[in-house]
Amino acid sequence: MEMRKSKSIPTFILLVILAVLFIAPVFVVLINSFKGQFYISDAPFSLPNALTFSGLTNYLNGIEKTGFFTAFLYSLFVTVGSVLLLTLGASMTSWYLIRAKNKVSTLLYYLFVFSMIVPFQMVMFTMSKIANILNLDNPLGLIILYLGFGAGLSIFIFSGFVKAIPLEIEEAAVVDGCNPIKMFFSVIFPILRPTAVTVAILNTMWIWNDYLLPYLTVGNDYKTIPIAIQYLQGGYGARDMGALMAMLVLAIIPIIAFYIICQKYIIRGVVAGAVKG
Amino acid sequence: MHKHLSRYFGVFALPTLLAFSVAFLIPFLLGIYLSFTEFTTVTDAQFVGFSNYIAAFADDTGFLDALWFTVKFAVVSIITINLFAFLLALALTKGIKGTNLFRAVFFMPNLIGGIVLGYIWQVIINGFLLFWGVDITVNADYGFWGLVILTNWQMIGYMMVIYIAGINNIPPQLIEAAKIDGATPLQILRKITLPLTMPSFTICTFLTLTNSFKLFDQNLALTAGAPNRETSMLALDIYNTFYGKIGYEGVGQAKGVVFFLLVAGLALLQLYITRSREVEA
Repeated sequence: MEMRKSKSIPTFILLVILAVLFIAPVFVVLINSFKGQFYISDAPFSLPNALTFSGLTNYLNGIEKTGFFTAFLYSLFVTVGSVLLLTLGASMTSWYLIRAKNKVSTLLYYLFVFSMIVPFQMVMFTMSKIANILNLDNPLGLIILYLGFGAGLSIFIFSGFVKAIPLEIEEAAVVDGCNPIKMFFSVIFPILRPTAVTVAILNTMWIWNDYLLPYLTVGNDYKTIPIAIQYLQGGYGARDMGALMAMLVLAIIPIIAFYIICQKYIIRGVVAGAVKG
Repeated sequence: MHKHLSRYFGVFALPTLLAFSVAFLIPFLLGIYLSFTEFTTVTDAQFVGFSNYIAAFADDTGFLDALWFTVKFAVVSIITINLFAFLLALALTKGIKGTNLFRAVFFMPNLIGGIVLGYIWQVIINGFLLFWGVDITVNADYGFWGLVILTNWQMIGYMMVIYIAGINNIPPQLIEAAKIDGATPLQILRKITLPLTMPSFTICTFLTLTNSFKLFDQNLALTAGAPNRETSMLALDIYNTFYGKIGYEGVGQAKGVVFFLLVAGLALLQLYITRSREVEA
């Protein structure tokens, strides 16, 4: 026991150093967000001083240039809407496909699973054209696209857990006169709730940060946060470094807040999702 | 058991299936078709056989360069990410003080999106390169190692969490028994921990492999391919083929199909190889 204690001290010190290194990049962006835009590239690692400190100028500039708060609301709307719809749609579809157990449902199941391994670049052009034709090039349309493109992974995760639900539970509900819809919401979905949390977390992390799908469908008309950040990149050299730093900070704050609130669920969800996948 | 379940198809499966058709199925099939045609919008497609595929592999489109860059990047990232993640997982399963806080910190970068990550690291890497008076766009090697560092920072925590779960699943009696038999820590690692965490290795190499191949946002934000397109990975190269020059949409789509076959083939091959090496406790 004595030996283990003394041996763990170097490991502890090493972990502290690593933890500092892991936080440092975010800290560098934070200090630069308070420096005048022309002082950033010259000395990115120095703290702001009387000459370089610019107060909230970068934040005000960045918010004005990108419409950050509108972008935040679009990101929030699209993410929350898509995650809710995906969780509901994928759980219902999984249950139906597993219970129906015929050739069509098996084929559909494999089609959904197949979609997981197809990279977005394979379908990005055609998807954005079809979204255009069907008037899905708006925030509401994005929610439908995310339901379709995210269904594969979500259905795959749900299905493993649906298979584990004992049929007797469902039989009892049927004997009590439940139709499938009522039975699903009063019996099945509550059992699937932990899985639903996993699916919701994985999809939130993906959709909140996704850049290309919304950019190709709604472009700069409805900027989400990643689109707003990329929008600041107006050609190399010509951009406002200060505004960029400030917007990076504003983009990270909601993520950190979400992380602090849901940390337990996030890590559990990642493990559960990965073990299934 | 459920009578007339198929009557409920419209409620349970149809909405998701419709969205799936619009967002994936139709674009996928149309994409395969269009890769054999020449087009600028979807409606003016002219069948051209395999010429898009031939053009995709021609020297001047950068596809082969991007492929080579991606392969190099994937090999280096898979090794470094999994090595560091596994070492951290070992360190964080020894009951050291503050384990939960360390785990939380190491996992944090994973939640930040690729575009934001790219710009964070652009500032930092350019800050270091400033000592030599250059920036990340000067040499493709800078961009390469920049991307490796960035993805390590992003993904180590994610993989670490999966390895921790794997290590915690090892029955403690096994390790106790080995210790009583006089096994050294290295022997325990080689004979018990490593074989029994093979499922975690399967998952983590699968995730790092597919993520490395599909990397786009980080690449776009960090270097956007600079210098020239020497640091373009496959996804960025396909994007630039589609949207960079008019008249190359068919070539872009052909590259997309090749990209899909490559990612799918690699993923299946990798799963097959590592799955066969897993053992039960």
